[in-house]
Amino acid sequence: MLKIKNLHVTAAGRPVLKGLSLEMKAGEVHAIMGPNGSGKSTLSYVLAGRDGYEVTDGTVEFMGQDLLAMEPEDRAALGLFLAFQYPVEIPGVSTTTFLKTALNAIRKKRGEKELEPAQFLKLQKQKIKDLGMDAEMMKRGVNVGFSGGEKKRNEVLQMAMLAPKLAIMDETDSGLDIDALKVVSEGVNALRGPDRSFLVITHYQRLLDYIKPDIVHVLANGKIQKTGGPELALLLEEKGYADFYDATEAA
Amino acid sequence: MSNAAIAPETLETIKSLDKYEAGFITDIESDFAPKGLNEDIIRFISAKKNEPDWMLESRLTAYRHWLTLPEPQWANVSFPPVDYQDAYYYAAPKTASAPKSLDELDPKLLETYKKLGIPLREQEMLNGIAVDAVFDSVSVVTTFREKLHSAGVIFCSISEAVQKYPDMIKKYMGSVVPYTDNKHACLNAAVFTDGTFVYIPEGVRCPMELSTYFRINEAKTGQFERTLIVAEKKSYVSYLEGCTAPKRDENQMHAAVVELIAMDDAEIKYSTVQNWYPGDENGKGGIYNFVTKRGICKGARSRISWTQVETGSAITWKYPSCVLLGDDSVGEFYSVALTNNYQQADTGTKMIHIGKNTRSRIIAKGISAGKSNSTYRGLVRIAQKAENARNYTQCDSLLIGDLCGAHTVPYIENKNPTATLEHEATTSKISDKTLFYCRQRGIPEEEALTLIVNGFCKEVLQHLPMEFAVEAQKLVAISLEGSVG
Repeated sequence: MLKIKNLHVTAAGRPVLKGLSLEMKAGEVHAIMGPNGSGKSTLSYVLAGRDGYEVTDGTVEFMGQDLLAMEPEDRAALGLFLAFQYPVEIPGVSTTTFLKTALNAIRKKRGEKELEPAQFLKLQKQKIKDLGMDAEMMKRGVNVGFSGGEKKRNEVLQMAMLAPKLAIMDETDSGLDIDALKVVSEGVNALRGPDRSFLVITHYQRLLDYIKPDIVHVLANGKIQKTGGPELALLLEEKGYADFYDATEAA
Repeated sequence: MSNAAIAPETLETIKSLDKYEAGFITDIESDFAPKGLNEDIIRFISAKKNEPDWMLESRLTAYRHWLTLPEPQWANVSFPPVDYQDAYYYAAPKTASAPKSLDELDPKLLETYKKLGIPLREQEMLNGIAVDAVFDSVSVVTTFREKLHSAGVIFCSISEAVQKYPDMIKKYMGSVVPYTDNKHACLNAAVFTDGTFVYIPEGVRCPMELSTYFRINEAKTGQFERTLIVAEKKSYVSYLEGCTAPKRDENQMHAAVVELIAMDDAEIKYSTVQNWYPGDENGKGGIYNFVTKRGICKGARSRISWTQVETGSAITWKYPSCVLLGDDSVGEFYSVALTNNYQQADTGTKMIHIGKNTRSRIIAKGISAGKSNSTYRGLVRIAQKAENARNYTQCDSLLIGDLCGAHTVPYIENKNPTATLEHEATTSKISDKTLFYCRQRGIPEEEALTLIVNGFCKEVLQHLPMEFAVEAQKLVAISLEGSVG
């Protein structure tokens, strides 16, 4: 479903990813853990197609297509979703309007019929209910005046509405207290399924107590340094990233 | 554009319009005045309209005064001096060179109208195919005349009003915007060719929204319309004005005057969606939109509300204002000014507080893209006797790209210590991050931009009547085309 081969990326002239390779199958949940500055967020932005990152080498194949050749909106239509670490605020545009525009833009690109307002609202209502969100929030500007927890929940709602094949979660746990973390994780877990993969990027093991990964990767110095099962996350929690720095420097 | 793309009923409509055109063509062609401006031209216009002597005298007085007035220089706009002799001041809206059917039109223009959702009847009007402004105002009046008549509402062209209601015209025309006001308003007083008169009698709530589409059709024609709305005690009226002009390479001048008069407890809502031709991507052509709009809240507890969406014109010079004379009267100004390419807009309002407990509210949103320049210019004046006057002003500017400019020039003159004045201003730029967020959700870049800009304007757009709000949102989208990527 996702094949990253030998990915090299520079940002502002500085190499950040230096030969990252990663393969994911449909339905799998992978976690990427790593220290600050290891290239975690860069990876998520490069996959989603944000400007300002230069791919100097390597390939990314997603759903059988050359992901790096596509515009961000086309990647979204193909089923790639990025839950942002810092979701933006869009004053004056209600979440409902935003989501309806997004969903219909994606449907249009896929050659599907756009949803009528009533159909859309029905779908949204169900998803809001599933996530235990307040319907009033949908009328407010996207993320405007939302708490940290509300913003992240809104990301999960958007994920649920857009039903991606691959959801990348960029430090979704940052800025969340334990209750908010639980709620968000439950939302994500409810979306797990055989056709949906998750790439969970995090600094801390804590999130992985709630979203159980199938595979854990350690990213340091722009490369995957180690890959293992959930036990790897616990090891990291115990010993920290120091070992991986050493390994990198030695290499 | 093939006929297949046009609905059958549309083609029917065009056919029927063609018939109308054929019947009137001779009359219309004889209605040309020679190019240039002098007293004879003014006499010609007055004679064509079969005006009484007092009207002609009033025009000539204005003209003589106009000759002495300098061009207003204070606005933040630049353009070569206007050659007033190189224009027609009275022209028929139809010539042989005009397109005969939709098939002859620039497909890009048709596409624009399609996006706008402007009904085809109006499209024809805008393009000068077969319908003209006169035709349209006649149709509007005949359709609704009965309903309005039974309510006692007068809604007619200003020329008709000069003939039928001379006392009211003598009393009110020029009473809010005198011919001495400024050079553009003065020119209008001398050469105005048509416009609208609305009179709402005491206690009447106008049973429908009144609307007039203005349009500049003929090359090198100035459009000088004049609108006068009088709302008697405890009456209410909502008036919509839409403006569009076809594409021309030359600059055309539009110097309109609008006067509103609200008596005790009366309310006038005046909404404008201005989409005059803005010029091309290189700044060639486009309308000079030099407009004087002013309302007076003459009576106690009266209310005047201006809402404008300005997306067109090469240059916009416009300050819809309120004179708050009656105690407890309220003035409002809600504005969106969007400029792209080489457009220039210098627009805002004046709120003149004279009566006690008068209140005013100003919400101005400026959006600049391309190499355009947008200025908000507003005056809040509290007179000595205006006890407990209040004003709230909010000016927000949104920049798209690095080559445009946004400016805010608020003037405050306060002569009464009991006044409460609030002013808020922000300037922001659409960030790459916000655009990326939208695109990540599958929304293409231009659509994302439109979404963000419409969100920015929401506070203003919600004051427009429903159909106009939808049209305005689409206009914003069209006006922003080509401003990203």
